[in-house]
Amino acid sequence: MGRRVVITGLGICAPNGIGLNDFTRALKEGKSGIRFQRQLQDLNFGCQIAAEPLVPDNLVNNYFTPLQLRGLNASGIVYGVIAGTDAWKDAGLPIATNDSPDWDSGIIFGTGILGVDKFRESIHLVDDLNVRRLGSTTVLQTMASGVSAYLGGILGCGNQVTTNSSACTTGTEGVLMAYERIASGKAKRILTGSCSDSGPYVWGGFDAMRILPRQYNDNPTKASRPMSASAAGFVPGSGAGALVLESLESALVRGANIYAEVLGGAINSGGQRGEGSMTAPNSEAVQRCIVQAIASSGIKKSDVDIINGHLTATSKDALEIENWSKALELSGTDFPYINSFKGLFGHCLAAAGSIECVGAILQFQENQIFGNVNCEDVHPEIESQISPSRIPKKTEKYTPKIIAKASFGFGDVNACVIFGAFND
Amino acid sequence: MNEERYTRLKKIIKIYLPEDVSVDDISAQSHFINELNINSANLVDIVLDVEDTFGIMLENDDMDQMQTVHDALLIIDKKLTDK
Repeated sequence: MGRRVVITGLGICAPNGIGLNDFTRALKEGKSGIRFQRQLQDLNFGCQIAAEPLVPDNLVNNYFTPLQLRGLNASGIVYGVIAGTDAWKDAGLPIATNDSPDWDSGIIFGTGILGVDKFRESIHLVDDLNVRRLGSTTVLQTMASGVSAYLGGILGCGNQVTTNSSACTTGTEGVLMAYERIASGKAKRILTGSCSDSGPYVWGGFDAMRILPRQYNDNPTKASRPMSASAAGFVPGSGAGALVLESLESALVRGANIYAEVLGGAINSGGQRGEGSMTAPNSEAVQRCIVQAIASSGIKKSDVDIINGHLTATSKDALEIENWSKALELSGTDFPYINSFKGLFGHCLAAAGSIECVGAILQFQENQIFGNVNCEDVHPEIESQISPSRIPKKTEKYTPKIIAKASFGFGDVNACVIFGAFND
Repeated sequence: MNEERYTRLKKIIKIYLPEDVSVDDISAQSHFINELNINSANLVDIVLDVEDTFGIMLENDDMDQMQTVHDALLIIDKKLTDK
């Protein structure tokens, strides 16, 4: 155990709300960010719905200079910079204005693939023998670390500035990477988060895998059905979430608002062995990850009040519940409350972990557990393991002390983080 | 010097100026990098903007020679004359 680490800033650019106020209200009221996408219909996608943040044109002027906006065609960078800058401001941190960066602050901001639309633009130019027309920002917008590079320059961070990538685990992994760097004394503050681009070139591969719902094109808000017997696949999404992690010492010195404490966590992989594969999880690894996260946090298994699951709305949801139940050795009415926000904004891929961590943490401040949508018909294999009363269908008044958040990703990778209410 | 072309060029350069340099600081003799403090990476963008604005195409040699506002104007004049 190293230094204690707390969360002092949150930022969000989600399909169902940009900014903490809108996002919190959307989670409370069950407002969906899943919409019909004309472009996907025109391109003959099976799944013609998706969840993307609706960023007003004038909003980006608050975050980017006119020069940065010229030729900017990387939606992930837009989402990431909005969420990241907001989290920094929410933490009450200054933007380094002089020649010297803030040596104690770093950035670990992940993504799966970045600047896909910019990349498409440049592919056409290159193939048309027009490589000279690419301009100076094609590289910056399409390199994976583009999002942390833009944020690093805007905020003036002088500690580690990097981008992690582990598929749908990315955002949750980033929180733990930030936690470890601060706990070990290598940084005082890390802005962590993750982003994912919008659009057919990101989502197409999933449509081809036939893992997206196809029968809800005219009923988008009902399409994403985590834990439901009628779950039909995950709805593709995009956006960004961001969190400022900070040593408790630094937060107290600054008199910062503390949302929660990061008590611990674990990251592992199933090695694509046993039942694990590139796309399916090895349950033993998932359970080990949860058990290790609990152990590293110095809490008992029965201390977990709320689980915010990965729960993408596929047939694997029941297996995830089984893994939680076995790892925590809790079932029936003893099982903690569990929710999945994916019913409201689908699966935001690399951005999922960070967006959902932000949502999970907001439950401490609101003294509520946010409700699940589209699971009025809980899957029988889930009902046989845990009491339906543990799956709230509406937002309820509740004061959690411990929230566990996990994300699992392609490549058989897992991350589980344990957040605790802060009251010293 | 063709005032109209100079005005259009200044309009192109404006967006690339750092915060502490104003458009009024631009003179015909200004060096893009050393005096206007323009990020050298942005010179390629200025070239593309010049091409689009004046309907010309610059060669690699032209780009190497384009160090000052005056250089740019000479190249623009030459290209437009050769057109």
